[in-house]
Amino acid sequence: MDDALIPEGAKRCGFPTFMIGIVIVGAVLLWGVYAMFLCWFKGLNQTNMNDYYGFALWIWADLAVIAVGGGAFFTGLLKYIFKVDELKNIINFAVIIGFICYSSALLILAIDIGQPLRGWFIFWHANVHSMLTEVAFCLSCYFAVLTIEFIPNILENRQANKVPFFHHLAHNMHGVMAVFAATGAFLSFFHQGSLGGVAGVMFGRPFAYREGLLIWPWTFFLFTWSAAAFGPCFTLLVTKITEIITGKKLVGDKTVHLLAKISGWMITTYIIAKIIDTIYWAWVTVPSMGFKLSHFYSNNGFYGYWILITEVILCGVVPGLLLINKSTRENPATRTIAIILGVIGVCLNRWVMVLQIMAVPVMSFDTWALYIPSWQEVATTILPVAYGIILIAVAYRYLPVFPQELELNKSADAAAQN
Amino acid sequence: MIENKKAHKFGMVIDLDKCTGCGACMVSCMAENNVPFKEDESNKKDSITWMRVYRLTNGKSFPETQIAYIPRPCQHCGGIGDHGHSPCVSVCPATATDYGYDTGIVSQIYTRCFGCRYCMGACPYHARYFNWWDPKWPEGMENYLSPNVSPRMRGVVEKCSFCYHRYQLAREQAIVEDREIEEMEYQTACTTACPAGAIVFGDLNNPAHKVHQIVKPDPHPDPLNHKVVGKSRNPKVFRLLERLGTNTKVYYMSDREWVRKAGDNYLKGEWENVKTHHGASSSHG
Repeated sequence: MDDALIPEGAKRCGFPTFMIGIVIVGAVLLWGVYAMFLCWFKGLNQTNMNDYYGFALWIWADLAVIAVGGGAFFTGLLKYIFKVDELKNIINFAVIIGFICYSSALLILAIDIGQPLRGWFIFWHANVHSMLTEVAFCLSCYFAVLTIEFIPNILENRQANKVPFFHHLAHNMHGVMAVFAATGAFLSFFHQGSLGGVAGVMFGRPFAYREGLLIWPWTFFLFTWSAAAFGPCFTLLVTKITEIITGKKLVGDKTVHLLAKISGWMITTYIIAKIIDTIYWAWVTVPSMGFKLSHFYSNNGFYGYWILITEVILCGVVPGLLLINKSTRENPATRTIAIILGVIGVCLNRWVMVLQIMAVPVMSFDTWALYIPSWQEVATTILPVAYGIILIAVAYRYLPVFPQELELNKSADAAAQN
Repeated sequence: MIENKKAHKFGMVIDLDKCTGCGACMVSCMAENNVPFKEDESNKKDSITWMRVYRLTNGKSFPETQIAYIPRPCQHCGGIGDHGHSPCVSVCPATATDYGYDTGIVSQIYTRCFGCRYCMGACPYHARYFNWWDPKWPEGMENYLSPNVSPRMRGVVEKCSFCYHRYQLAREQAIVEDREIEEMEYQTACTTACPAGAIVFGDLNNPAHKVHQIVKPDPHPDPLNHKVVGKSRNPKVFRLLERLGTNTKVYYMSDREWVRKAGDNYLKGEWENVKTHHGASSSHG
């Protein structure tokens, strides 16, 4: 019934099957929307946050989706500025994932603030010394850039493209996309960095505090670097999941191998920097404030050295090595393991830089504070996931997202027809 | 006519050997500043207590057990180098908390705060509180609210203001009478309520004020840690987490070494080296 909207030549499941999937995910989405309205109308007492945990699950989710959404700016930078043309086969999808991640981040922030109607104060009464101000400005601007990058793909819908104006607009927007890609990379450098700076500048919190360059703590650079490194892992992971669900090959191996290789080298160089940063922090910064490293990883029921080792070694060094090594990179099983570990690693890093900071006692007579989120927090955190699934499903069904799709599935489609 | 006068730097020193932990400071603070309360205040992690009294022990068993109570208002940090970039002020994205260079008081603008809570994360003293609920008082108690302090709405952060409204009243009176504020004209609610007289409040910049005479703040950066300014030259006086460079204006005093040591974090052997160090110019204090 929606055949006229489906890209020409592309095979899609029947409309009823599609709608069943949408309804199931939509139910989860509605659950999240219900929790969101509870938070807006009844207030943040609906959460399990408290005065020790002013930043909690949502801020972690916010930082995590922005980090994994970094695949959009980095892939765009490589494709349009460094002219890595092979990435044209995945750039549309990277942009859609980025769009989902950033719109989710803005939604989470709108739920997270205690006075949502005053959200604009961050722009109106901006404190130029605050990293969060920089985050708000760059995040909003970059979301606008992502929307601009997404529009040509939307206009390439079979019916929309029949309208001459839309056809030419999409064509011309593609032509000037390098400008937006460069703008996006510039904005992303700053907001990814400022998100790292949010933690790094907190000189009252030794677990978070980092020295740095001029006004930027080292976490500023590490966050940008890690988003560029692990963002492509998430793009590859979502591509893989989409391929499994649709039962089709959507992106050619050459493109996947190239992006995995770039990601691998970025991860490896990032993790070297991260290890140096951790060693300096543990041996120089923290002792100067009167703490031993063990203070941050003991005397509590959850945060131990395991989290540091998991983040840096298991989900940092290991995926880096697996992806820079040609044989493991080109082996689908080890590559998938590497990208999953990479995504877990960057999310774990954001967790540590949000929640563990809040948990660690600073005053000598204070105690560790652990926290379990309420169902409203969990539901609103799952909300963007459901929204993302629906948007990807709709985009995949009605837009020519994957330029290689027809070519890669020609033989399978022919076999199915026979 | 406005004259170019030396800025005030209001602060307090709390004698922990006098503090009995009675909580009168907490009660008077809540009453003075229209702090709402919950029906069940047992969860202290989401209760609003601008002034909170912590209980410390020396960790020894009877008969050597000792107890100390540490009243903790907002520390009104001056930030690294005491330049006014407090941990919370520097991070607030909407300039909803500000540093008064004329008073040294860290303010909170409730109508500008949009509740991001970054300031709470940045404060190592847990001195900032979020209004998780609408403010409510038992029926009839609204009649006893102070008209000088605005109640706060749900979804914003609040904290101790050093009873800034009392400063405003005293300042207005002094301006009308064309004179300086007297020491006892501006005193915080907790100071006046403390039955043991453990809290001394005043202008740390004014040598005539008792708080200055007790603390003897060193105007020079600490040679051992250049982030620290205003270190006390009184060997019994210390500040909480001083070595982080927060440069608080709340000082504590105790004869007991274990209490002074509890004010900060020290690596093994460090305390023995620093406990006799009292600023750059302690010799002429």
